[in-house]
This record gives sequence, C-alpha cells and structure tokens, in this order.
Amino acid sequence: MESYFTFVSSVLGFEPTSLLGFVGAIAVWAVPITAFVSVVGLVSIWLERKISAHIQCRVGPMEVGPHGALQTLADGIKLLGKEDLVPAQADRILFGLAPMLVFASTFVGFAVIPFSQKAVIADLNLGIFFLAAVGSLEAIGVVMAGWSSNNKWSLFGAIRAATQVVSYEIPLGLSLLAVVVVAGSMSLNDITQAQSGWVWNWFLFRNPFMWAVFLIYFIASLAECKRAPFDLPEAESELVSGFHTEYSGMRFAIFFLAEYGAMYIVSAIAVVLFFGGWYTGIPFLDHISGSIGGTTGVVVENLIGAGTIIVKSFLLICVQMWIRWTLPRIRLDQMMDLCLKYLLPFSLVLLVAVSLWQAFQGPIDGGNSVMGMIMLAATVASLIWMRRLAGRVSKASALRRELPVVKTGL
Amino acid sequence: MSAAGRGREGEWALSFHAIIFWALAAMTIVPAIGIVVSKNIVHMAFWLLGTLLGVAGLYLHMEADFLGMTQVFVYIGGINVLLLFGIMLTNREPLYVRAAVKRPAIASAVLLGVVVAVGLIQSFGATEWHTVKDAVAPGLADASAKAVVNGDGTAATLGTYLLSDYILPFEIVSILLLVVLVGAAYIARRDPEGGSA
Repeated sequence: MESYFTFVSSVLGFEPTSLLGFVGAIAVWAVPITAFVSVVGLVSIWLERKISAHIQCRVGPMEVGPHGALQTLADGIKLLGKEDLVPAQADRILFGLAPMLVFASTFVGFAVIPFSQKAVIADLNLGIFFLAAVGSLEAIGVVMAGWSSNNKWSLFGAIRAATQVVSYEIPLGLSLLAVVVVAGSMSLNDITQAQSGWVWNWFLFRNPFMWAVFLIYFIASLAECKRAPFDLPEAESELVSGFHTEYSGMRFAIFFLAEYGAMYIVSAIAVVLFFGGWYTGIPFLDHISGSIGGTTGVVVENLIGAGTIIVKSFLLICVQMWIRWTLPRIRLDQMMDLCLKYLLPFSLVLLVAVSLWQAFQGPIDGGNSVMGMIMLAATVASLIWMRRLAGRVSKASALRRELPVVKTGL
Repeated sequence: MSAAGRGREGEWALSFHAIIFWALAAMTIVPAIGIVVSKNIVHMAFWLLGTLLGVAGLYLHMEADFLGMTQVFVYIGGINVLLLFGIMLTNREPLYVRAAVKRPAIASAVLLGVVVAVGLIQSFGATEWHTVKDAVAPGLADASAKAVVNGDGTAATLGTYLLSDYILPFEIVSILLLVVLVGAAYIARRDPEGGSA
C-alpha cells in the first residue's frame, strides 16, 4: 500500500490527497505518453514508406508536406472518418476488446522505458522483467482479434501468432537474462548507468559473447513485433491481412499504432541493454551538468540524453525496416526451427558463457590474473569442443536415419 | 496497517488501499465466475486472462513484485497462450460444453464450493496477518528484510534465498521440470523406425 503512495508521490513530486488527485496524476502521465506513441507512429510509418520506396527504387509519398512527411497524418484523418465495421458473425465484445488489449500492452511498456536519467515514469527495479511480461500480453490480444473475427484467414493468423510467441519468447528471455547477469540488476536505470563513460563501456563491447546475445535478442524482437521475416500472423500474400483482416477504420489504426509502438519499445530496450541507453558514449557530453551547473545543466544533460536514446532507437527501427524490405518471409516451420533449434540452444550456451565470464573476470579485478585468463580460455575452448561433439552426434544420427541398414552396426 | 497513525492522510490511504483491493478482487472473481458460467470454451480461456491478471495485481498489491510479474510472464504469456493455441488447433466442432453437465453434478459442486468457502473464511479469520513491513519492522537486522522495507523489491532477496537456504528444493524442482520436458519430448517424438510412437 505504501508503495502506491511512494510511487505516486515520487512521480509527481507531491502527494495527491484524494482519489481524484490520483486519477488526475495518472492522466498527467498518460497524455504525454499517448502523444509520444502517436508521434513515434507517425514518424516510423513515414520512415517505413520512404525506406521501402528507396529500397525498391521509388520515391515514396511526396505530395503531402515536404517529402510526404504529413502523408501519415492525412491517412490518420481518413481512417478516423471511416465506418466502424464489425462482421455480422463476429464475437462483438472480443472483437472490440482485442485492439484495446494489444494497444494497452504496448502502451504500458512506455511507463518503464527511460528517456534520460530523470525522464522515466517508473524506474521499476524489475523493469526489464516487467517489459518482457507485458510484451506477452500482446499475443493474447492478437489471438483474440483473430478468433473473434470469425474469418478463417484471421484464425490462421491468430494460431500463427500463438505459435510464434511460444517459439521466440524463451530465446528472448534468455538473452535478456544474459544482460541482467552482466549488469547485476533488472532496473533499466541501473543497467544504463553501468554503461557510462566511453563507447567501449557499452554492454555490446563488454565481453565477446555480447554481440551474439544482441543478435539473438534482435532476431527474437523482430518476431515479437511480427516484423518480416517473421510477419507470419499478417502474411499479406497468404492470409489477406492475417489477424486484422476484418478490422477497418480506427480499430485498424490502433493495431498499426501498437505495432509501431512495439517496434520503438524493443529498439529502446536494445539500446538500453547493449548501446548505452541515453549515454552518448562521450563522457564530457554525458556529464555536462558538471560543467554548465545549475538547473540549466541538468536540463541540458537530460535533453541530450533523451535525444540520444530516441535517435539510437530510431536507427534500430530503420534496421528493422531495412530487414523487412530486403528479406523474404520465412515459413512457419522454418520460424519454429530457427527459434527452438538454433536460437534456444545458442542463447543457453551464451548465458552460461556470459555467467562464467562474469564469474572469472568480475572478482579478479579486470581479468588480469593468470587464473582468470586460463579459466576464460578453458571456457571458450570447452564451448568450441562441445559444439564439435554436437555436430558429430547430429551427423551420426542423420546417417543412421538415412541408412537403416547400418542400424545393426551402430 | 502501518498507515494508521497518519491522521487524515492515513485514513485516505486506508480507503484508497481498500478501493484498490476491492477492484482487484472484483477483477479476479468476476472472470472466475465467467469461466464457470460461460458456454464457449474459447470465452473461458479469455475469461481466465482476467482472473490471472487480477491475481497478478493482488500479488503486486501485497508488494510481491517479482511474483506478480512472474504470474503475468508465465501464466499469461505462456500458459494462457498455449491453452488458446491448443483449443484452436484441436477443436473443430462448435465449442459448447455445457450440455454435458448434469444437474446433480452442479448440486454437488455447489455443496463442495460452500464447504470450501466456509473453511477458507474460517482459516483466514483465525490467521493473524502481517504485511512484509509489519513483520520485519521491529527487527530490521536482516539486510534482505531492509531491502523489502526500503522498496527495493523482493527479487534480490528471493534470488539470494533460492540459491542459499533453499537450494535443494530449488534444484529438485528444476530437475523435475527437466524430466517433464524430456518426457514430453519423448512422447511427442516420431519413432525413427517409421511408425508413430
């Protein structure tokens, strides 16, 4: 109970004295986040159109606003004016609830995404776990949308979404866990502060395994956002529009907004976990409040931080788009193969490797000692050895399967 | 409640606490009734989402933050999704289940429910309840208890206990889960000889 009090008053800077005050306080934070999600949606939809156009040697939208920058706004107004259609045989309540659930699960994530050291709504000490947990709510919304539409394409999309979530969630969680092992905390604020200083303090460069951890996280996060090559639940060329085939007007817009919001969230998490969060990687800029001083310094420092994390996140969003417009969609069985047979074992091995690296390097002061170095070399060697053995075993079993005559011999 | 001595604000805090609690309780119980009353099995799975969310909220309300988020992560993200997945993949007929339930079955279930409810209410009344803060406030010697009181959450404390005092049960449970996984994989596995296992 006290936690609500401390939480609300720490967020607001004063203690609300009535329920109305509490509700008002929530609104005070909900409005800017909604605005931010909408702006992220506007910018990234425009970026998507432009990037896809340039990849395909087109120019993309050019008419509304400079280089078509206001095209998305015009489309949004058009969607607002559209008729709100519900299929006759659809489950009306669930049909209406699904976009809300999907949007809410994305929206809630923004509560813990930090913009700078000060500008974070709730610095939960379980921040990263919270994000992983609410991220999984979205899948339920998608399944709800697909099932309630009473359309076979939608239902296929829903089943694919459920398959996808059980496939990518474990490698995703394990890659997050590897970062938690390195940082020693689940709070996004603590994780970022552990990466202050020069660029090479970022977790991406912290140990040789972090690159692979980042790759696994990035691939799994593409699946979480249902982005190509994992856009199986939508799959325009197979399922019309998949789970949102029957949605029109604002409900469709909300699904879209949630998708782009989720893209920002997974990118921001990647930035916080691997790319130094709001730190620019130049200590002078990151601690500019020391040289400017006063309130101005703090404000400038936080503005630089917010700008940094937003730019970094948008760079990652551009990479997601680049991947979408250059790679073909994979099949459902390939997706499960990739997530469960490759990403899952690799992320387990990486978790062990990262933990061992921390165990041998951490207490021995920078890994200078001979013992630490030997153990690290042994770790790498044993991992390579295990990989070879695994390769031999799978080769042997493949042989056995293909040549049943050899069965007696083996 | 520890907020008792805080005068007017304390009273507000208490009533606010009550509002949150009753909202969460309603959020847990109404969908639970929905599960029982609903005739469509997919609706039941979606009602279950509400109950699981409500229980997670109750955990958070009791300052068990790690437990609450694990509830969302495991039960909603994992189990509820799998449940929906299973229902949608296996059912081809309209998903109505009510017709099979006979009237005596309902009566016996109601009787059992009443007995369990009375028992639960009795034992809840007999138990002396403490919040985490009330329980550890007098001593405050334990560093982990201090962490809880300071609002640093339960995750670190839980982790320390699981890997020190309770390592044996923890490892036994992990091995049990591993055995279950291997067993499930074995049952689902296609026989290499060609036929189905």
